Amino acid sequence: MANFLYVFRGDGMARLSPQEMQKQMDRWRTWIEQLTKSGNFKAGEPLERTGKVVRGSKKLVTDGPYAESKDLVGGYLLVSAANLDEAVELSRGCPVFETDGSVEVRPIAQM
Amino acid sequence: MVDFRRESARMLAALTRILGLHNLALAEDVTQDVLCRAVELWRFRPLPEDPAAWLLRAARNRAIDLIRAERTRLRFAPDLALDSEWTLSPTVQAMFGENEIADDELRMMFSCCPPNLPPQAQLALVLKLLCGFGVHEVAAALLVSQAAVEKMIARGKRTLVRAGSLYEVAGREQIAKRLHSVQRALYLLFSEGYHGSHEPMRAELCREAMRLCQLLSQHPACATPRTFALLALMCFHAARLPGRAAEDGSLLLLEEQDRSRWDRQLIERGFELAERSAEGSELSEYHLEAGIAAEHCAARSVQETNWERIVRLYDLLFALRPSPVVALNRAIALGELRGPEQGLRALEELGDRERLAKYPFLPAAQGRLHLKAGRSAQAAECFNRALVLARNPSEARLFDARLREATSAA
Repeated sequence: MANFLYVFRGDGMARLSPQEMQKQMDRWRTWIEQLTKSGNFKAGEPLERTGKVVRGSKKLVTDGPYAESKDLVGGYLLVSAANLDEAVELSRGCPVFETDGSVEVRPIAQM
Repeated sequence: MVDFRRESARMLAALTRILGLHNLALAEDVTQDVLCRAVELWRFRPLPEDPAAWLLRAARNRAIDLIRAERTRLRFAPDLALDSEWTLSPTVQAMFGENEIADDELRMMFSCCPPNLPPQAQLALVLKLLCGFGVHEVAAALLVSQAAVEKMIARGKRTLVRAGSLYEVAGREQIAKRLHSVQRALYLLFSEGYHGSHEPMRAELCREAMRLCQLLSQHPACATPRTFALLALMCFHAARLPGRAAEDGSLLLLEEQDRSRWDRQLIERGFELAERSAEGSELSEYHLEAGIAAEHCAARSVQETNWERIVRLYDLLFALRPSPVVALNRAIALGELRGPEQGLRALEELGDRERLAKYPFLPAAQGRLHLKAGRSAQAAECFNRALVLARNPSEARLFDARLREATSAA
């Protein structure tokens, strides 16, 4: 087994009705529950919308992230899977796609 | 369990009161954003112990931050002590008390129903602002296009905002007319829950309508016989919700329902409210519909139902508020009273048929009467038409079961 990072970007939740938002939340919770039951889930957290970006040799600190809302990272998940193909397959169950979001699947580097 | 619809309406009512009716759009943005943030967090994490309280607290804090940041630029509710740093936070906190929110919801309810707005637009506003519906959910509830609802809501909000501040219910003489539109809106909300066309028996909508109606009945100015009749009607219908579906979620016909599953407590409450609604001389459509529902609740079976009284009540109802659905239900009751041929004839004579063109219960009713009359081939044809028109899986299952019954009888 190897570990993979799921990075979730942008979802159009602002356009959803309250009930749809609640359903969307329930779908996420069910999905993560399934990943937990199947033993794939390792960790996961939401991120704040704000933060700082430190950049360049002058270590200039700016408010960030600058991403447009569709590119803003909303949270991450650490999952274990047999290989990249399986990790990608598992990510397809993520409800983020229903609100036009994306999952970036990145293998954690091997030794 | 938290109900986002309900909590969004509560937050919006309180925020609109605090930020001022002229900042309605801002209050909506804040509400939406609080819910968005909650989902962003709660999709990954266990829900807080009291999610509803978390949402209200978040809305309260946003209101305080917003007023602090914008008070030199924007004008908020002028009658609240929001200008001074000493009073800002306690004032906003106080406005998020349970009683304050209930009062704000009542104010919002009346504000959504100004006489110069068409009833459908009022209902759209109630659904949007008091029930937390999205635009497309309002469209589905009202059976109109999304574009039409968008236009209706935008225009409605402009009218609403022009009133300057939320409608003050207490200490008003002239609320009767406004109260009627509020009652109508609640009635339609309940019906949407009961007959919900895309997701059947959304009991939470019925509960929401009952909650708002209960709110009305507790306010001295709004506790009229009509309000009690409306609440009685809701109780009688809601009492029958538990028996309306089989375990697999498919709808059951009245004669198939297990009446022991009906909620006796709610029925009792319905009769108490009906009694209170009889104080005075008014006979509203709610009195009549409550009367019909009461007959069903009081009867031990379809055969033992007082169909004669029900047909008479439908006649009175049709005279008061003619509608193709009332006529359809009257025809069904007539079929029970005088036999299938009379029922079918009454269905043939229905006026305004184009409004029922997509209503699956018209062919379904014809099918049942044909089946009763022993014409199973014709019945099957009717159920087939109903099946094509079915608006959700449980309706489809209902008509499919009838279709198979009719086919096997043929």
